[in-house]
Amino acid sequence: MRYSYYPGCTLSSTGVEYGQSVAAVCEALGIELVELEDWSCCGSSSAHALDHELALSLPVRNIALAQPAGLDTLMPCPACYQRTLRADRRLREDETWRREMEALLGFAYDGQGRPRHLLDVLGHDLPAEAISSRVRRPLKGLKPVSYYGCMLVRPPKLTGWDDPEHPVLMDRLLSTLGAEPVFWSYGVDCCGGSLSLDRSDVVKALVGRLGAAAEEAGANCIVTVCGMCHINLDTRQQGTQIPVFYLTELIGLALDLPGWEKWLRKHFVDPLPLLQSLSLV
Amino acid sequence: MPNTSFSEIIQTRSGEPLHTCYFCQKCTAGCPVAYAMDYKPAQVVRLILLGRRDTLLRSNAPWLCVGCDTCGARCPNDIYLAPVMDVLKEMALEAGLAPAEKKVYALHQSFLDSIKLWGRTHELSMLMEYKLRAVDLFTDLDLGLRLMLKGKIALLPERVKDLERVRALYRRVGR
Repeated sequence: MRYSYYPGCTLSSTGVEYGQSVAAVCEALGIELVELEDWSCCGSSSAHALDHELALSLPVRNIALAQPAGLDTLMPCPACYQRTLRADRRLREDETWRREMEALLGFAYDGQGRPRHLLDVLGHDLPAEAISSRVRRPLKGLKPVSYYGCMLVRPPKLTGWDDPEHPVLMDRLLSTLGAEPVFWSYGVDCCGGSLSLDRSDVVKALVGRLGAAAEEAGANCIVTVCGMCHINLDTRQQGTQIPVFYLTELIGLALDLPGWEKWLRKHFVDPLPLLQSLSLV
Repeated sequence: MPNTSFSEIIQTRSGEPLHTCYFCQKCTAGCPVAYAMDYKPAQVVRLILLGRRDTLLRSNAPWLCVGCDTCGARCPNDIYLAPVMDVLKEMALEAGLAPAEKKVYALHQSFLDSIKLWGRTHELSMLMEYKLRAVDLFTDLDLGLRLMLKGKIALLPERVKDLERVRALYRRVGR
């Protein structure tokens, strides 16, 4: 299995352990990632907040870079994924705009290869046995709640996710690893996203509620596939100290891939005491 | 020139069919930040249809909208308010009004400057610009320091080689 790869800015900064664990897990599972040469930022929340046209056009440069290979582009960050999907949709639907982009960026759009989120690829392209047959350390006793956040599942008319209110794909993968996913009603609630610094009071309120809800559900950890969600959950909990894992970190741990200790040391809420108490490490 | 109403302009620019709103208020009920907004999402829709331009361009609601799309995913008429909130922010800036949430604006602007400068975002220089723009030097300094100690904020930026193409996209929209 081969994909073009767009890591996005977060995976070399606040989400560095996400980037490292994605690379390790994909390599172990035989998913070949070919990083787009000289990719640029998708514009994220800030571009659409201030300039609709800029927001739609910034991802087009990356779509153009992915074009020659004709492969689907794997994206671990839900914001990059969703912003690129929107740009790709407009390239498909607005011919005048497409011609303008093609002229400006020097490429010819052929619609081959689509933006794909990592979770979609792990859950749909990979046979379930590909992961289950490789598990060396079943994550017994780990009771995660799956946290999808906003950008991955919404808007459903764009992302086509299984169920925009109650997606189940992450639970399925976590069960494969031997963990015991816990039901909760907050999997697609918002963490406050980009308000992290400028209105941290809002993020604290929202993340505080998520932490309390996870605890009330009887979970002992939260699992995410988003760098923004991770840093908000890992640094802004109120009154709880629940470890927050990237899904790929848990896959790496279950498959006993080298590097997991280094990834987990990047966290603010130290997950090692939990893993030790469950005799997983 | 035809006198196009405020609500028509917003519907055209956002592409959202606001006139189909039932005022069921599911958007307000599900909005994670409605509690902090001066006008709640359903009220924003109603004020647009009433043509209350000045009230809305001074409202903090568009600046607090995080674009989570919960409103649209639950709307019986498929109306997404994030694009509407984005148009209101653009119109407030076009009218030369001070953003109702100055720090939110400062962060977005610093983010866009960072992309224009490097092609990718560089947290350290972006956050320094944000701190100066927001005139907020000390909040979260401990968090920033801890992030750096954990190696989660790079000292040096990653610069895109073909920066000219990124900047062409900025020039196209007059930035």
